Amino acid sequence: MASAVLYDRLQFALTATFHYLFPQLTMGLALLLVYFKSRALWGQDEHYNRVARFWTRIFAITFAFGVVTGIPLEFQFGTNWARFANYAGGVIGQTLGMEGLFAFFLESSFLGILLFGEEKFGPRAHWFAALMLLIGSWLSGYFIIVTNAWMQHPVAYTVAANGTLHVTSLWALLTNEWLVWQYPHNMIASVATSAFVMAAVGAYYQLSGVHAAYARTFLSTGVVAAATASLLLIFPTGHGAGRQVFASQPVTGAAFEGVFHTEDGAGIVLVGQPNMETLTIDNSLTVPWVLSLLVYQHAKAEVKGLDAFPRDTWPDNVPLLYYAYHVMIGLGTIFVAITLAALFMLWRRRLSQTTWLLWVLMLSAPFPYIANTAGWMTAELGRQPWLVYGLLRTSEGTSPLVSSGNALFTLLGFLGLYALLGLLFLFAVFHTIHKGPGDAEQSRQAGGAA
Amino acid sequence: METLWFAIVALMLAVYVVLDGFDFGTGIVYLFVARTDAERRTVLHAIEPVWDGNEVWLIAGGGLLFLAFPRAYAAGFSGFYLALIMVLWLLILRGVSLGLRSHLESPLWREFWDKVFALASLLLAVVFGAALGNLIRGVPLNAEGYFFTAFWTDFRPGPAPGILDWYTVLMGVEGAAVLTVHGASYLAMKTVDEVQRRARLVAELGLWVIAALTVAAILAIPVIQPGLRRNYDAHPIGYLLPLIALGALAGLFYCRRRQQDIAAFLASSLLILGLLGSTAWGLFPNLLISSVDPAYSLTVANAAASPAGLRAAFAWFIVGFSLVVAYSLYIYRSFWGKVEAPSGDYGEY
Ligand code: HDD
Ligand code: HEM
Ligand code: HEM
Repeated sequence: MASAVLYDRLQFALTATFHYLFPQLTMGLALLLVYFKSRALWGQDEHYNRVARFWTRIFAITFAFGVVTGIPLEFQFGTNWARFANYAGGVIGQTLGMEGLFAFFLESSFLGILLFGEEKFGPRAHWFAALMLLIGSWLSGYFIIVTNAWMQHPVAYTVAANGTLHVTSLWALLTNEWLVWQYPHNMIASVATSAFVMAAVGAYYQLSGVHAAYARTFLSTGVVAAATASLLLIFPTGHGAGRQVFASQPVTGAAFEGVFHTEDGAGIVLVGQPNMETLTIDNSLTVPWVLSLLVYQHAKAEVKGLDAFPRDTWPDNVPLLYYAYHVMIGLGTIFVAITLAALFMLWRRRLSQTTWLLWVLMLSAPFPYIANTAGWMTAELGRQPWLVYGLLRTSEGTSPLVSSGNALFTLLGFLGLYALLGLLFLFAVFHTIHKGPGDAEQSRQAGGAA
Repeated sequence: METLWFAIVALMLAVYVVLDGFDFGTGIVYLFVARTDAERRTVLHAIEPVWDGNEVWLIAGGGLLFLAFPRAYAAGFSGFYLALIMVLWLLILRGVSLGLRSHLESPLWREFWDKVFALASLLLAVVFGAALGNLIRGVPLNAEGYFFTAFWTDFRPGPAPGILDWYTVLMGVEGAAVLTVHGASYLAMKTVDEVQRRARLVAELGLWVIAALTVAAILAIPVIQPGLRRNYDAHPIGYLLPLIALGALAGLFYCRRRQQDIAAFLASSLLILGLLGSTAWGLFPNLLISSVDPAYSLTVANAAASPAGLRAAFAWFIVGFSLVVAYSLYIYRSFWGKVEAPSGDYGEY
């Protein structure tokens, strides 16, 4: 049933990647919404309430898509990965259960208030609803990252007589050392996405010459948040995540960086193509010693290459992994350059007139999505060939009786449905952006149902 | 501990059916009850602030099933593979139709999503009923504790049944009927005028259908799953549950006659809880009954996670559950009362 594994993996990759396009916006946006609501509440500034209302609309659309695409993930552990679910449920059932009970209820309940209760509940309760949404969505990110971190770095388990795993300490599970970098790195990446999107909408309004007051707020908030997030993504969190990988999954780290041969004083590959035949990096541009320095703080330190590990423990798609990792890092570097330039212009009060930079900001919105997706591909491909690192191989985790034909059928179904959803989402969001933030106000004053 | 977790999971799913059930019911009667665009938006507004929270009961229930009985989660979800994936697709379509429907002014656009919403709701109600039927009838679990069923074989419940046979189809129709009445009762409570009148009409007619189908479903049980009686014979206190369901049904007839909408909605909620509770009482300690060999059945004993894990989880469950109940009540109370057509900024997000 080799091909069933392939379809199961593709289906999980598709559905997880697609799902994550939505939460990465909502989690970051929740933070910015609380910021706007706080400014409105304590600064007595109605402008920020209008800003918040506009982004709440975007939030709501995104949230709805996040919810409907999240449910398949939760169920797929059972449908496509039954042996994995049976094997690891004694541990990750805990975190998935907690996520449902503590996070999802919170989010979806308070979103109702945020959307439909502004007049009914008053400004304080409305601010509180935004705060609860922030807590709920960051908690749900936390629990799911705990789950993923455990798959990367299993802790706090025992093996029962029938071979399945059981949790020994909830505390140890929830404070897995892998989380130290993974959680902040991931959440900051989500802030980056929302900040870039906000700045892009601001740039779009500015370039179109509409909604000037909003354009200013979106641009300044977006640029400041994006610059902060971009810096934090590289250091300390990205750097920390990388060292973590070298410490616990050295073979994965070697594959990230394209280190085929163990060396002292390893250089870092900036560009180049991994060649799986000759086990070298072709056309490479390498800066000597830097990798050793970054990982071990010592220019001459030994970095283990892939050749130091048996081939059947190598990630099974080294080139893709290598490219995903380099796409993430490359984009991260570019983000810093863009946002620092924008920050500088903002500080000199020239950003609104700097047309070329506004164009760059407007067109940069898709790239954090690409970086996030590449980051997850890095993490998930790097975990291969393990489903639970060092314990369960991916090929041993599938559902025994789901045939490859069935898996292919549902994979294709998801593909079609998600293509449609993607179009609908873009349509709805662009439509909302196009209508602009002022619209709700006008229709409200006009006394009526929009 | 395992017994407690059986009760918890059953409770979560039962609450799910009661809460999201009225959303499905609303969807089923939607096209009939609400004719003009204003009416439709009013009806949608009656469920908009809550349907998403209601759906979380399913997600959380699924998560807790995974936590407490990983083997049953693994076997059940992979065994009903195709049906479950289609449930997911339907849930996606329902969610998206609610989210997008009012986004554009265009009548065609709205008409399209209205139909999607109604159809997805109807199919989901049927599927959930049929799923319950499958749990009662049993599935072809093998010695390793896995199974895979086709959609249908020969429509006869034997050792190798399909997901659909005459019994599960009957249960599917029953499920749709119960949720139709439930949703209509909800709308009768939340709306006024024409919409309310039509909703009451549906609820009243539907009652007779439910009564007939319930009798049929109960009569079928000795043929389908005689084992269901075991717990009742051992612990006759369990008969309280079907009695509650019966009482709720009678109450429903009574309240409908007097047009007491709130009481009728509560009665139909109680009816659902009673029916599901009766089933759970009969199924225990089985989670999945094997139609091949009773020894292969997955029970709370052989499918549970470790006692230590269950104990730890119970501690946080109590905390989390209390929180959820507290703010769910708060939210339902806040949105209590008749709905008007939405006028605010987010009426059409
Ligand atoms: C805007 C998105 C973004 C950007 C610019 C970066 N990352 Fe990242 N990265 C992610 C978004 C992300 C992510 C999608 O959020 C991941 C996937 C898993 C996770 O928790 O975070 C991730 C994972 C991830 C991992 C894998 C951890 C694992 O295997 O579990 C490493 C080693 C790094 N990152 C390192 C970096 C470095 C050194 C960066 C320097 C530029 C960087 N990331 C920029
Ligand atoms: C945080 C919770 C997550 C968990 C528990 C998780 C779990 C899994 C599982 C069970 C698989 C299938 C087995 C395998 O091929 O290794 C998988 C594969 C995959 N997941 Fe995740 N995933 C998570 C998040 C994500 C996210 C957010 C993304 C993308 C944005 C993602 C991308 C992928 C990809 C690309 C694969 C396929 C890897 C391959 O082809 O081997 N995952 N993940
Ligand atoms: C593969 C693992 C994953 C599973 C099983 C999963 C499951 C779910 C489910 C069931 C929902 C709907 C909840 C509702 O009804 O409110 C959801 C939404 C959400 N998920 Fe995931 N998810 C996964 C990956 C992720 C990742 C990696 C993150 C972020 C770190 C994330 C963050 C969120 C957030 C914030 C929401 C709220 C909806 C939204 O904001 O769009 N999820 N997820």
